[in-house]
Amino acid sequence: MSHHEQHAGGAAHGSVKEYIIGLILSVVLTAIPFGAVMSGAAGEVVSITLILLCAVAQVMVQLVFFLHMNASSEQAWNTISALFSVVLVAILIVGSIWIMNHLNHNMLMGH
Amino acid sequence: MNTALPAPPPGYTGYISEEHHHDYAGDTVFGFWIYILSDCVLFATLFAVFAVLQHNFAGSIEASELFDLSYVAGETALLLLSSFTFGMAMLGANKGSMKALLGWLGVTWLLGAGFLYMEVNEFVHFTHEGAAAWASGAWSAFYGLIGTHGLHVFAGMVWMIVLVGLLLRDGISNENRTRLICLSLFWHFLDIIWICVFSFVFLMGAV
Repeated sequence: MSHHEQHAGGAAHGSVKEYIIGLILSVVLTAIPFGAVMSGAAGEVVSITLILLCAVAQVMVQLVFFLHMNASSEQAWNTISALFSVVLVAILIVGSIWIMNHLNHNMLMGH
Repeated sequence: MNTALPAPPPGYTGYISEEHHHDYAGDTVFGFWIYILSDCVLFATLFAVFAVLQHNFAGSIEASELFDLSYVAGETALLLLSSFTFGMAMLGANKGSMKALLGWLGVTWLLGAGFLYMEVNEFVHFTHEGAAAWASGAWSAFYGLIGTHGLHVFAGMVWMIVLVGLLLRDGISNENRTRLICLSLFWHFLDIIWICVFSFVFLMGAV
């Protein structure tokens, strides 16, 4: 318990500065992909890459600046359980897409 | 058989080792964190369904003909801002300022209401254009995913009202602080889900 009495798991303290930085970063990371797609200036591959990179970056920004996630030992269980969920989510989404894209392979009569 | 157990000492948390003993709020918040992660898996399932079905329009109107990105940008702005204002409400609570807490919570509630209003408006508009939830697999997946997020936002807003009632009754007590921390986790989590929604559903769908 470094400061204040209420340092509960997953709920470390933020500061005004931290929240403002988080807000500015998330606005920038939202404006970039929206701008790229709406202006149509970037090509398809560039747009999709930008969308993916900005989405991942913004989720990180939200986790760090708004949910105050970090590697401190106080938060170790939060982080470990979150990482477990990320693995679960990846299996679920990538696995579903993979299976559904291959659904009709080897099912054609006469092959 | 009838050996009566001694009553647990006051403040007993069920932890065997009291050395690294967590307070009540820590256990509750961690439990809520686990719930949030299970909710995350629920949304992942809906995202997977959407990914699989997103091109199956079955002759109904296609998403790229309907999506209005500037409208989605407006919804996004409301939700991102509401995450910030909730953070400010938490800072108010940490300082023990009921005025700041209720004021920022009120702003957050209005931003959430604005977001929901825009979303429902959009759903009605889409349905009128022929893209109802039952029009095709792709649209069912669309409404299933985005509607679930909208229901969560609605639940968060109901929760906010109930919590304000409790705050007015009991002040910023430890119990209310714990509830507030859980609600803030919930609200920020919805923001994260929305980032995935506008990236993968709206932006990718419009590229």
